[in-house]
Amino acid sequence: MATVTFDNATRQYPGNPVPSVDKLNIDIADGEFLVLVGPSGCGKSTSLRMLAGLEEVNGGRILIGDRDVTNLSPKDRDVAMVFQNYALYPHMSVADNMGFALKIAGVDKSEIRKRVEEAAKILDLTPYLDRKPKALSGGQRQRVAMGRAIVRSPQVFLMDEPLSNLDAKLRVQTRTQIASLQRRLGVTTVYVTHDQVEAMTMGDRVAVLKDGILQQCDSPRRMYDHPANVFVAGFIGSPAMNLMNVPVTDGGVDLHGHTVPISREDLGGVGKDVTLGVRPEDLELSSDQSGIPVTVDVVEELGADAYIYGSTEQKLLEATGENAGAVPFIARVDGRRPPEKGEKIYLKPKTGHVHVFNSESGLRVGD
Amino acid sequence: MTLEITTARPESALLDLPWSTPLEEWPESYLAALPRGISRHVVRFVKLGPRVLAVKEIKDDIADREYAMLRNLRRLDVPSVEPFGVVHGRTTADGEPLDACLITRHLQFSLPYRALYSQNLRPDTAVRLMDALALLLVRLHLEGFWWGDVSLSNTLFRRDAGSFAAYLVDAETGELHARLSDGQREHDLDIAQVNIAGELMDLDAGGFLEEAADPFEVAASIIERYHTLWDALTGTERFEVGDRWRVDERIRRLNELGFDVDELSITTDIGGTEIVITPKVVDAGHHSRRLLRLTGLDVGENQARRLLNDLDAYAAATDRQGEDEEIVAHDWLSRCYEPVVRAVPRDLKTRLEPAEIFHEVLEHRWYMSEKAGHDTPIEDALQDYLATVLPAKPEEKAVLGVDTEEMPVISRFD
Repeated sequence: MATVTFDNATRQYPGNPVPSVDKLNIDIADGEFLVLVGPSGCGKSTSLRMLAGLEEVNGGRILIGDRDVTNLSPKDRDVAMVFQNYALYPHMSVADNMGFALKIAGVDKSEIRKRVEEAAKILDLTPYLDRKPKALSGGQRQRVAMGRAIVRSPQVFLMDEPLSNLDAKLRVQTRTQIASLQRRLGVTTVYVTHDQVEAMTMGDRVAVLKDGILQQCDSPRRMYDHPANVFVAGFIGSPAMNLMNVPVTDGGVDLHGHTVPISREDLGGVGKDVTLGVRPEDLELSSDQSGIPVTVDVVEELGADAYIYGSTEQKLLEATGENAGAVPFIARVDGRRPPEKGEKIYLKPKTGHVHVFNSESGLRVGD
Repeated sequence: MTLEITTARPESALLDLPWSTPLEEWPESYLAALPRGISRHVVRFVKLGPRVLAVKEIKDDIADREYAMLRNLRRLDVPSVEPFGVVHGRTTADGEPLDACLITRHLQFSLPYRALYSQNLRPDTAVRLMDALALLLVRLHLEGFWWGDVSLSNTLFRRDAGSFAAYLVDAETGELHARLSDGQREHDLDIAQVNIAGELMDLDAGGFLEEAADPFEVAASIIERYHTLWDALTGTERFEVGDRWRVDERIRRLNELGFDVDELSITTDIGGTEIVITPKVVDAGHHSRRLLRLTGLDVGENQARRLLNDLDAYAAATDRQGEDEEIVAHDWLSRCYEPVVRAVPRDLKTRLEPAEIFHEVLEHRWYMSEKAGHDTPIEDALQDYLATVLPAKPEEKAVLGVDTEEMPVISRFD
């Protein structure tokens, strides 16, 4: 087990004017589950492959524990890519299916058996070790495949979109299984996905990348409550955060006659406008016609809650990532008394639940 | 949802296949044979007119990706199966959505490794398979293709004049890059070694592996074979200016390995006393291209080498070495090659490819001559071969699988 350090790690492909991964700095703790997430082309897979030794590192260093592995071959790094291939061999026992690759690495027989038994215990496969995979259920077979990676007992597990070819239901089940398995094993894990829900539900911490640059690396909670910039604000969370440019007034910002109070010192360095972000669940219906006027286009009833998708004269900023292009104004309202389609409503952010960003730099203003 | 078929060869018969039924449940009347082997997905072989097609049920985006990837590989002229189409928008009669289907053409006269191991084998089969797979991997890597799942199961083999030629079958995990890093190539080799060891161990456990060969030694041998070939094709050589013959020698060696040199970088050091050469672009198929140009025959690389040797022998025997090569080749084709191929009775034509039969007849003549202590005419060798050897061979035109069980790992959860 080990820590992983990206120290200004940079990858630039020949002929590309900009790096695909630009001075990446992340310290991953021993036993941590870190998820790299971002839209396609953001550099998340490249970062993982730099750690795996599959991509050359043009600048900076990568460390596993205290060991600089920047120039080591994949084999010498003691990392395991998981679920790249999960063929099971029908004539071999479950134990052999799990352990045979260790023989290539020169591990002796008794040690192989020991590791296989340990892995089987964790995976609830002990009673099946001497059976053929045919006798197993689908879920058990998949655990055998996981066992192949576990018995290698690497310092770090690497997973690159391992669930991408599963259907939605199986993906959710396997997601939970991987996360709980990782916690039981306590092996440092770096996991790549484009799906922010997957990232938020699985990771101890989540690192959001865009255009090769790390935007924020935080716990899912912190990321959700304190997005560091407009990009992260629009990328994390589903449905997406409402983002709009609004004028700064004395003591806050003006939202169609409703003033959202923001401390003077926070607004010190900004210009005439700021970007205001409000999550759909942080809005409430206003009774005095102040706040953002919204015409309801769609009501999505989910039982306890309902989501309103509406249009407004207020110009909205496009969200990013899988929320990209989403520009309706979205609000969560009480599911028992939702407004009707076509109705005009007024929405105000709940006190203390707005996110303010510098409209020039996109960076978060204040806490 | 509406059914949407993407194919390079519009074929209305495609519409008659039961797309609204999960592939696993397709009625036998549509199937050419039940495929067997290790597969992550459901795969079926269907007959469509004169063709046999392989149909694989996978997620929509993966089907599109693999289809595009296989088309790219064909364009790059890498030995791989031919993509035929993708079917989207499948639903059951109750409106339940079904996964997409990727369709590829079955490669005629190709053999899955499991089929090879169920026959009586020459003792060095494993070695020849490793040679073929190493060559395929080198060719893929030269084009910047990272396979990600190198294995015997994902490869088909065609007989090639005593050796084998390997074809990529499954490009699902593959990625095409401008250039592969050493780490990526090593990773593919690592995957290859583990998969091959597993596959051979499985054959052994199933009692199919008659050879004494150790699965682990065989699997490890691909790495050495790969590196030898890679270094020969891409390595840099330095020598004194006076040794300029070594440039020609390098090109001859590459030709010998079956490669043409498209681009060779030659530099000298500042003093001009040393020459450094590095092949930049090499193209496989040196012999098969030459044979194709001379005769129009499109055959495997080793078959071409064999046929070209026979062509040279013919030119020498008829004392026509100084003549226009193409005219001699034309005569050789009509007097030597075609009579042999034409003599094969119709019911034996599905045993082996014509060029492979020609190669075997030449081999057979050599054995007969050695036994007799004098030259045997090709006609005699041909008659004897057709009477005693070929009828004992299995049909190989459409081998679709052998009897091992299918084992998808990704299936329903319990």
